[in-house]
Amino acid sequence: MAMVNITIDGKQLQVPDSYTILEAAREAGVNIPTLCFLKEINEIGACRMCVVEVKGSRSLQAACVYPVAEGLTVNTNTPDVREARKVTLELILSNHDKKCLTCVRNKNCELQTLSEELNIKDIRFEGEEFKGIVDDLSPSIVRDSSKCILCRRCVSMCKNVQTVSVIDTMNRGFNTIVTTAFNKPLNEVPCSNCGQCIAVCPVGALREKDDTDKVWKALSNPDLHVVVQTAPAVRVAIGEEFGLPIGSRVTGKMVEALKKLGFAKVFDTDTAADLTIMEEGTELIHRIKEGGKLPLITSCSPGWIKFCEHNYPDMLDNLSSCKSPHEMFGAVLKSYYAKEQGIDPKNIYVVSIMPCTAKKYEANREELSNNGNADVDVVLTTRELARMIKEAGIEFNNLTDAEFDQPMGDASGAGVLFGATGGVMEAAIRTVAEILSGEKLDNIDIKEVRGTEGIKEAEVKAGDLILKAAVVHGLGNARKLIESIQKGEKEYHFVEIMGCPGGCVNGGGQPIQPSRIRSWVDLRKERAKAIYEEDRDSKIRRSHENPIIKKLYDEYFEKPGSHKSHELLHTHYTPKPPYI
Amino acid sequence: MHFLYRSHVMVCGGTGCTSSNSEKIRAELDTKLEEYGLQDEIKVFKTGCFGLCAEGPIMMVYPEGAMYTMVKVEDVDEIVREHLLYGRPVKRLLAGDKEHMDITKALDSVAFFNKQMRVALRNCGKINPECIDEYIAFDGYKALEKVLTQMKPQEVIDEVNKSGLRGRGGGGFPTGLKWSFAARQVGDQKYVCCNADEGDPGAFMDRSVLEGDPHSVIEAMTIAGYAIGSNQGYVYVRAEYPIAVKRLDIAIKQAREYGLLGKNILESGFDFDIEIRLGAGAFVCGEETALMTSIEGHRGEPRPRPPFPAVKGLWQKPTILNNVETYANIPVIFLKGADWFSSIGTEKSKGTKVFALGGKINNVGLVEVPMGTTLREIVYDIGGGIPKGKKFKAAQTGGPSGGCIPAEHLDTPIDYDSLIQLGSMMGSGGLIVMDEDTCMVDIAKFFLEFTVDESCGKCPPCRIGTKRMLEILTRITEGKGTEEDIEKLEVLAKNIKASALCGLGQTSPNPILSTLKYFKDEYIAHVRDKKCPAGVCKSMLHYEINPEKCKSCGICAKVCPASCIKGEKKVPYVIDTDKCLKCGACMQKCPFGAISKV
Repeated sequence: MAMVNITIDGKQLQVPDSYTILEAAREAGVNIPTLCFLKEINEIGACRMCVVEVKGSRSLQAACVYPVAEGLTVNTNTPDVREARKVTLELILSNHDKKCLTCVRNKNCELQTLSEELNIKDIRFEGEEFKGIVDDLSPSIVRDSSKCILCRRCVSMCKNVQTVSVIDTMNRGFNTIVTTAFNKPLNEVPCSNCGQCIAVCPVGALREKDDTDKVWKALSNPDLHVVVQTAPAVRVAIGEEFGLPIGSRVTGKMVEALKKLGFAKVFDTDTAADLTIMEEGTELIHRIKEGGKLPLITSCSPGWIKFCEHNYPDMLDNLSSCKSPHEMFGAVLKSYYAKEQGIDPKNIYVVSIMPCTAKKYEANREELSNNGNADVDVVLTTRELARMIKEAGIEFNNLTDAEFDQPMGDASGAGVLFGATGGVMEAAIRTVAEILSGEKLDNIDIKEVRGTEGIKEAEVKAGDLILKAAVVHGLGNARKLIESIQKGEKEYHFVEIMGCPGGCVNGGGQPIQPSRIRSWVDLRKERAKAIYEEDRDSKIRRSHENPIIKKLYDEYFEKPGSHKSHELLHTHYTPKPPYI
Repeated sequence: MHFLYRSHVMVCGGTGCTSSNSEKIRAELDTKLEEYGLQDEIKVFKTGCFGLCAEGPIMMVYPEGAMYTMVKVEDVDEIVREHLLYGRPVKRLLAGDKEHMDITKALDSVAFFNKQMRVALRNCGKINPECIDEYIAFDGYKALEKVLTQMKPQEVIDEVNKSGLRGRGGGGFPTGLKWSFAARQVGDQKYVCCNADEGDPGAFMDRSVLEGDPHSVIEAMTIAGYAIGSNQGYVYVRAEYPIAVKRLDIAIKQAREYGLLGKNILESGFDFDIEIRLGAGAFVCGEETALMTSIEGHRGEPRPRPPFPAVKGLWQKPTILNNVETYANIPVIFLKGADWFSSIGTEKSKGTKVFALGGKINNVGLVEVPMGTTLREIVYDIGGGIPKGKKFKAAQTGGPSGGCIPAEHLDTPIDYDSLIQLGSMMGSGGLIVMDEDTCMVDIAKFFLEFTVDESCGKCPPCRIGTKRMLEILTRITEGKGTEEDIEKLEVLAKNIKASALCGLGQTSPNPILSTLKYFKDEYIAHVRDKKCPAGVCKSMLHYEINPEKCKSCGICAKVCPASCIKGEKKVPYVIDTDKCLKCGACMQKCPFGAISKV
């Protein structure tokens, strides 16, 4: 890597020649405000907040995209620079609805932060405001263009990273709007509901469909037995909503908070993850032995499932027929658990706390119900749960740790792995390899499938078989892998696909970190670290060793892949046209 | 074969003359020539633009060099009979000195022509643009032959450098330097692009070159390809130029047929081809990075520079982009030499520049003059001055990105640098003349309306800032402005110029800045005295009848569409100003000059 000598605000420094001014300034300890910038995702120099003076240049330059060069001299804090930033910010604010007090992003808004930091006291250039549209017809995502500042992070995410491409800029100039083709509502376009657009939105123009009212209402209904389950990724992220460092494990506090909110039982979706491994592992072994359709592709990620239904209908037979873990859990709660507790399944209300917006759509799928009774009644994202905790006046950080409730409270470390990319694969290998070989694995840390590389591959000896596996995360990577499988370039037995980059820890329902943090800290890695710690500290680390799972099969499902389990734990998929 | 004819009649087929019926005139000529049995003696051609668009349709008869203007279909019979059959030119339709003894000299004494120097437009109006042979007959492709057979790529670049040619599209960047940047890049693929997305309101020089001399652009792009090591060119031309697109398409096909495009051109081993890409008419697509983004098939929006196109342009490959007029100069530089070219013009601006004259000027049209010609010469000598003897107030150059030049600078020799110094810019060469009846605030508003419409919406300074400036200007012209509004305009203009993403955004405040610079008193009159000195801004003026001059004839009351003028015999008429629409009809019709704008 070649180094260049540059000067920023009079300070000389040496930086790699691949740096932008923004990166170099960070090293020099100089803070340059940004708004549209999101490292590696949206580097388009559009918002002009990061303008700086570059010696020899007629106009101000955007630091986020301006490459350094030998001898470059930059000033980031001159009267002209400060004035230009302020004027631009006032212009943006003049066309923003500024209803901060009732905005879902109040106190976590990058525009609000900048406004404070740039000392905006007055908006001098008031004028016509763009009349936006509110689209709340999707069960997962709400768009409100009157708050949109046209930074285009959502567009870059949807188009370049996820390759879903259902939103883009339309019209020009002052009438520019980020919207769908023909302004259709999101529920009528091939949106995967992954919510990554929300996760990158600096303001409140994109948000999840808030379902907290439904849950409050259920909790206050004495006729309902309201139970809650939490996905593995929630416990390693929700602390961020309460100011804790990224990657804090707050499982016990989270369980205690849920109990305080009034849920009758607090369960762990990890238990159902173990159940999924049993069902999916059996399905894999069956397909390998009986010559079924391969590769088998995981079905835990509802964003991926909808993406597949729209884009690769001919791959639907490759999908595992297993319901996703929380849906399995819902089905178990409304059958086995109901029977055991002597409660009418109709009176059991299942709430899932998920790192995911696509799960909201998934829970509404007709096929994920039993006799008209949905397996899961409502899905809340991590963010919505945090809002309920705050609303209830619970001091989250001062809570004492509590345990998940029995009789479904135990889970293996394998189950918790589902929260990170590669986790399903690692959990499956632990079980499948041991079943196929009949021997215990010496090493159950399958490092090849961990980490944030886009496409990961592993080969594992399982008895006589060399199990070929691939793991991808992010729909753009999924597209690449599926197309190479379709072209015959790649062959696998088992493929794990997660819709969100990094898997569930970085799901579209997780706490939102501003660009100034997530551009420089890899949220996926930090949160996944906590997931792997949770697994490491677990007493049981193999799904098939979970006593509850054994009990479930003994008492109810008989064996994995049984008639009963197919009735309750498996589903089917339907091809969907690109535009409906 | 063309040379067997005794006379050639050239009818302008440019967009201007086409829209004033030149196609029908050509058809009528063919009919009449046959009627008089002259079809084997006299040949009719369609040519490119002669420049005198206000006088169209234009017809030229060679070898005499007689130019007929404002020809009507009904005139054709007379011209054919009198001029082409009996040899007696139809004087009443002749341009120039109608009484001159020698028709061939008739145009020489006319300033519109004799002060011009046609380099880029050299073939416009001279050749049939749909015939490659005619281009070749006028030394076409000779420069390419010279370049491919006698010169090394570096020598080509050196020659362009030496000529001092600067980009004619707006920025005035040295063309040779641009080429050398791209030539220096190492890569398997480079591109040569031509910007024919002419978008300045009123500018049409690029269209005229493409319509009148498309081969010159093809030849120049091929030379550029050889110089930088590219074998693929793209012409990005707006779809609103159907005639230009059609002729360019014909020219490209002919050049391929003749082996002047394609593989192994002139047995030199050099391959080059050109494709046309149609633009949808977005002004911003004339900006180089937006143009390339659009060619790539994306929404036409600029991207930040650096990296510059010479390093990462079209599809991230080294690319040069020049505009049509720049290319049109290239073959001449190689035919006549860089020294000849650089002998024309000023110290830092060499060669000629084509201007599209518009607004309050008698000779609306296209003119080409050596750099350094003064504004006065262009407006008064070539342009024929201002209609109705009105006073010159300002000239707007550079389109929406340019600025206004007031009367006190009429004698400034015009080149890239002098215009920048005056707070305007060359732009693509639009030159709009304004007379004393023009309100400068209103003019600034007009250009801002254009910029607001054409902003791509990518960066807030342009997307929101131009909108806010327009809102302020609208307030001012409606008599609702304050002095604080002028200050706000100044703050916005300064900061949009400094921080917008692309050249278009950065120059969008120029019409405001230059009118504020030279005509601030007009702004102040609007906000402080609520008066529009030029009497343009309707909300600040009203019409009055001078009772002493009024003869109570009642004509004003009859023409008033709002029926707001009342009066009776022997009593002066009165306007009800609350109901008045300020249309001015009464003032125009009053035979006694009793009505005035106040």
